[in-house]
Parts: sequence; C-alpha cells; structure tokens
Amino acid sequence: MKKWKFIALCSLIAFVGCDNEQFLDREPTDILQEEQVWENEDLVFSVLADLYNRLPDYQGVENWWEYANFDEAFASNAGDYWRHQNQEYNYDNWGMWDYGLIRDINLFIEKSEAATELSAEARERFLAEGKFLRAMVYFEHVKRMGGVPLILESLEYDYSNDPTYLQHPRAKEHEVYDYVITEMENIKGDLPVGGTRSRATAGAALALKTRAALYAGSIANYGQTTPEVSLPGGEVGIPASMATQYYTTALAAAEELIGMGTYSLYNNDPVASENYTNIFLNKNANPEVILAKDFLVQGRTHGFTIDNIPRSIREENTSSGKMNPSLNLVQSYELLDNSFAQFATKDADGNPIYYDNPMDIFSGRDPRLQGTVIVPGASFRGKQVDIWAGYKLADGSVITSGELGGQAVLPGGSAPQQVVGFDGPINQMEWTAQNGFYLRKYVDTAIGSGQRGTGSAVWLVRFRYAEVLLNAAEAAFELGDMAKAAEYMNLVRRRAGFPTDLSAGEITFERIIHERRVELSFENHILWDYKRWRIAHKVWNGVSTDLTNDPGDALAVSTRVFGLRPYKYYEPGSPNHGKWLFEEFVPAPVFNAHRFRMGNYYSYIGDNVRNNNPLIVRNPNQ
Amino acid sequence: MKEILKNIAGVIGLGVILTSCSYDNYEEPKLTLEGTLVYQGEPIGVSYNDVYMELWEQGWQRLGSISVAVDQDGTFSSQLFAGEYKLIIPGNQGPFRKIANPESGNDTIPINLSGSQLMEIEVLPYYMIRSLNISGGSDKVEAAFSLEKIITDVNAKDIQEVFLYVSKTSFVDGRTSIANTRIGGSDLTDLSNISLSVNVPARVPTQDYAFARIGVRIQGVEDMIFSDIVKVDL
Repeated sequence: MKKWKFIALCSLIAFVGCDNEQFLDREPTDILQEEQVWENEDLVFSVLADLYNRLPDYQGVENWWEYANFDEAFASNAGDYWRHQNQEYNYDNWGMWDYGLIRDINLFIEKSEAATELSAEARERFLAEGKFLRAMVYFEHVKRMGGVPLILESLEYDYSNDPTYLQHPRAKEHEVYDYVITEMENIKGDLPVGGTRSRATAGAALALKTRAALYAGSIANYGQTTPEVSLPGGEVGIPASMATQYYTTALAAAEELIGMGTYSLYNNDPVASENYTNIFLNKNANPEVILAKDFLVQGRTHGFTIDNIPRSIREENTSSGKMNPSLNLVQSYELLDNSFAQFATKDADGNPIYYDNPMDIFSGRDPRLQGTVIVPGASFRGKQVDIWAGYKLADGSVITSGELGGQAVLPGGSAPQQVVGFDGPINQMEWTAQNGFYLRKYVDTAIGSGQRGTGSAVWLVRFRYAEVLLNAAEAAFELGDMAKAAEYMNLVRRRAGFPTDLSAGEITFERIIHERRVELSFENHILWDYKRWRIAHKVWNGVSTDLTNDPGDALAVSTRVFGLRPYKYYEPGSPNHGKWLFEEFVPAPVFNAHRFRMGNYYSYIGDNVRNNNPLIVRNPNQ
Repeated sequence: MKEILKNIAGVIGLGVILTSCSYDNYEEPKLTLEGTLVYQGEPIGVSYNDVYMELWEQGWQRLGSISVAVDQDGTFSSQLFAGEYKLIIPGNQGPFRKIANPESGNDTIPINLSGSQLMEIEVLPYYMIRSLNISGGSDKVEAAFSLEKIITDVNAKDIQEVFLYVSKTSFVDGRTSIANTRIGGSDLTDLSNISLSVNVPARVPTQDYAFARIGVRIQGVEDMIFSDIVKVDL
C-alpha cells in the first residue's frame, strides 16, 4: 500500500511538475539577445561602435612602429631596429584578408534593413553607416591586396558537405574601386551633413569617394609603367583607358565636398607651425577634420605620447622619443621662397658652417617642418629640448659621453661639465633623439598625456580637408588643368605659411608627390601613395645610396634613414667658439637599405585562403 | 639498499629521457635534390635569395609549396623525402623565360624522387654575359665583356642598365656592394664590347682583395642576370 502511494506521488510530480513550459526557457540575465538589441537605438549604436572600432589602420597612434618602415622615421627603440636592417619587405607585409569583419558588417546591414522597431530616420542612418564601413573595409582590402571577392551579403553554410557554392573568385581591381565609388554616391544623401567627426557623414563619404577614385585613376595611369604588376584576369591592374574617368570622378567628388561649405582649413592660431600642429590636437574648434578615430570616449586613451614625447620632458620612466623623423623627410621641407635646399652644413670649400643658434639652420623653411618635427633647440610644452652630440674641437675630434647629459673634462678645463644633450643623440641610445630629431605631430601637449595612468586622447585623423584639396589638385593636374591644380595646392600652401603662390606652370608630378609627402607625413599615406604611383620600387630600390643633395627630387633613391648631429664648437679664443655646426650621418642601427620588390605592390594571399578557395588567384611577382 | 635502488631508478629514468626522442620523432629527409639553372649547359647567375622555385607534392589534404632558393651561381638544392613532386618556377621569377617541359607539355617539371638526384633545368635567358674579363689592382676594378641577345623574337626585351658590383664578401650584388658603376641601356653602343671600371673606397678593416661581378637589368624584368663571381686583388 505504501508502495502504491509512492508511485502515485511520483507520477503526479512527473505529469504536473513541468506544467509550465517556460520553466526551462528563461530570458538570460547577463547577455542581450538579438531581438532586444535591434529594438533599441542605443544598443544598435553600440554594435555599430564596435564595427567602427575594428576599422583597420596600417599606421596610426596605436601602432607607431609601422611609421618606421619606410624613409619617414627612424625607430629609436631597440625592439624595432630590425626595421632598418631588413634587406627586403616580406610579401605578406601590410596584407589583410578580414572576411570576419565583412561578414559582421553584412549582418549589421541585413539586421538594420529588417529592424522594424527603430524609427525610419535612425534606421536609414544606421544602414548608410554600415554601408560606409563596408566600403571602407573593401577599400582597405583593395589597396593592399588588389581585387578581392565582393561579398555583399552574409553567407550561410547549408551543411550539405559541399561548400563550393561559398567560394567566390576575386573581383577585378577596378570593380572593387567602382563598388566603393558607387556606394558612396548612393549613401551620401542618407548621412548627416557635418555634426560629427567620429561617425560617417556626407563629407566622409565624399572624402572616401575622392580618395578611392584618385587611387584607381593613378593605378590605371601609372600602372602602365609597371606592366608586370598585373594579372590577366584584371584582379590586379586597371586598364589605362579608365584613368581619365577616375580622375574626373575624383575631382568632381572633391569639388562637391569643397562646395558643401561644411569644412575649411584649420586656421585658428597665429603662428603657422603651431597652427599646423593643432590641426591634430584641437578637437573643439576644428573645421578641417572630416573623419577621425576619437579617443577619451568612455575613458579610452592611447600611449602615443608616452612613446614619443622628448626624453628630457617625459612624464613616465618607461619610454620616450621612439620615433625620430628622418633627415630625408626633414630636408624635403621647402624654403619659404618655394625652392628646395639641403641643410647648409659645409661651405663651398668643405669647411663647416657655424651657427649662433641651433635653430638657425632650420630657419626660413616651411613652417610645417616645426609643426611636424621637434628640431634641436626647439621647445615643446614650453621647455627647450637638449639635443646636441658633443663638443667638436679644432682638430676635428669630438668630446662626448655615452650617457644622456654626461660630463667630461674639456681640454684646458679642470672641472667636468656637460658634453652631450639630455636628449642625445648618442649612438644606440634608444628612446632619445638618436638621429637628432623628435616627432611633434600627434604628440600631445596636455599635461598628464605622457603618463601610463592617463594616456593621450588625441584623435587619429583619417580624412581631413587638406587631403581633399590635394586630391583635387592631383586629379586636376592629371586631367591637364594646371590652373585649377595650382589653385587647390596653393590653398594648402598658403595655410601652411608660404608667402608666394606656385604658378600653374610650376605644378609638376614631383611637386604633387612632394606636397603630399610633407603635408600628409605620418598620416598613413606614404605607402599607399608610392604604391599607386608605382614609384615604391624606384625610391626604395634596395641600393645603399647617400642622401640626395637635391631634396626637390621626389624620385631620388631614399632607402636608408639619415640623421643630423649638432655639435658645439670648442676652441677658446676663436670667433667660432661656442657656435654650432652640423653633420649628416646614418644612425648606427641602420645598416641595410629598404627594398620594395615588384611582389610587394600587392600583398601575398595566404596559403590557407587559397587552400580553402581554389578560385583565388595569386598576386603577381611573388 | 634503498639508496642504491633510487640511484638505479634515476639512471634508468635518465636513460629513457635521453633515448626516447628517437622513438617518437620522424626521420629527417635524407634525399637531396640538387641542380642548376642553365642555358645550353652554362649556368645562369642570379642574386642570392631573389629567385626561387616551388616544389609541390600532391596527395596531402592541404596544398603548400616547398620553396627552393636559387643560389648566386644558379644552383639549388633541397633535402626531401622520396615522392612524386612537381617543380615550377613561378611567373616573373628570374631573368629568363621558361621552356616547356617535354614530359608535362607545360612549365611544370615532374620529379619522381626515389634517390638523390642531380638535374639541370634548361631556361631561356634574355641575355648571356660572354667573354668576361674582370681584373683589379691599385684600388680599382675593371671589367670587359660582351652581351649576347638570346631572345630575339617578339618577347625580346631591351637592356635597362648594366652594373659592375664590387663587394667585400662573395655575396655580390646591389645590396652588398661597396662600389658599383653603371651604364644605362641607351648608352650601350656596342653589345660585343662593353667595359666598366670603378674605384673601390678604402676597406675597414684592411682587405687587399674583393669580389666582383657584372649584373644586367633587363627592362620590365625584376631579377637581374649576373656573371660569375671573380675574386680580384686590389
């Protein structure tokens, strides 16, 4: 009897216990579900923020070391000396194959389209931003890899054991550029005009459009000089006949952006070099920046200033001064009369030229020089940097020290005194001005930005108005409209501080290369520009040559980074005693020349990619 | 007794550690495939680490190639397991054009490796450096040579420039040279009689010899063709 009671109780529990079907089907309390996200604008915005955050930057404030790969900067950091010691660039350098990101963006776009809970206005904007991001990512791919498969919807596997329907061949290179250009044309109306600089706007769409069209145009145009950098299927290489059309598009898009009137050149500070620096530091009243990766949103900062602040001014004992702008770059800033000249270190007879003040040798140059570079004798954060390599005696010998601000006894003296600057340069002394210069661009002037606990909130500018003007100038030049090219280029140069304009007749291809090199230095342009002009294999040809004596020669071989060492002259009684002299030199860790091979124009596509998808063809010359 | 047992156990343990690796490791490849890139039996000189070939072996789940670098004197060698390989010279590698393999009918060279093998790969260079004479003395290197144009049909290419390189070591090309001189292709009047000379700067530490060779860059071809390396006294 007892047994029966027990059985009855068990059956009762079994039948009625799980009456409530939701018992096991509960809402999670620690994650948000897809439907929940897509009915709330703020939550969708945070999904979007993640996608913005994943936009790749080859060079930027969070990866300064990539700036030292070419001839713009010397890496004064022992862990990065190898960048100046490699005999060639690997074929997979600056490569990318991120279909994970593309899939996430495709999903975002599809979800936005299907999101009925959002207001129509918000939905349109999210959709347009998703498309902008997708075009940005495809643009990143095409400039690195050439044509890539254009996947514009999320792909799903059907578990049929036959994934071949997911394999897509590479699109032609121009098809990817066309996609970016057309997409920007289509979405620009759905994006807000101005108002934000960290999210996509109509201005950002036009800036991307003009840049993409300019790249495509120059690949079509200058690709003719390197016929071997192409593939028969058009995955790499654009037919020369398309050049004019792309240049026209680039010019039109740039002029449309200029005509919007939303943006203008930054011109808030009276001192030209300060004004140029502040383009990157001033986030408030800045009409120039079109799109930037912003920091200090929710306390996010970066360590660029910690890594690059001058050693004698640093706020943290971990690092400093890691990026030294090269003499190659520094000497290519023009004199104020629009002419080029190397630094006058020796007179016609080979005797050193003496300067009263270390800054004198740099005077009379493009103010952008001191807006980009901290030269010996210049001040940063109100304090003068102490860059000098030692005392030079009358017989040419040098008295210096192996430690920063080190002391020694000078001939005829009795007490030891300082014989080298607290910022170097000293051979192999990392984190100092080892080649004689420090970087100024992007280095934060705010107190505390050089500390680990706080970090710098300077933003990374991805598109700015001056680049758009230079794009317009280049496109106009290529289309033969020299007057227009001069007009746009002079806008940038006038703001930079040049008193005299360039005439239409003075605009040459080398002028355009040069203007972009100085205006857009350390802004992630040099590699892509040199690639699309097909001059990378000429300028970085692997031959160890001396620094060119003609800085106006934009095509001169520049494979090693050079430095400039200031000395104080020591000869009591001589009129030159205590004056400054300068010497060009190659920093000791630089012992191989950069060699850009034909196979570096388009990066290597990994074996894993080609194993998974046999339709992918290899890039040429690898 | 206990101590002795412990010691014996220790020695056996050590023995196991020292010998066990030969059980669970693969044997290293032992067959050598070596050879030379030649034109009519004469080796093709190239620069080191610049020209390479690919060996593919089929039958594996995933495909990946074994890279075979060509040395300065046109030789190559690779340690391999026995098997069926396919050797290809990738497009645009080397200062030459490929010749179709009679067995495969295209540029793939089938290799059935069952023992060490020595092979010559015939290619068609754009130019060959002939009657080379390099001499040195009193800090100067002089070279005289002629160039024979091998490809004269529609695929013919002009010479972009001709170099004389001098290096301290027997690796001689633009990357390592301490002195070099060049003549542009358009300035070459007579291909059968070319001479170049270059002054060699002081060597630190002192070295009374150097290595020199001629390099020819052909228009639209990345890799240069090089002569033999000659050791000269300075």
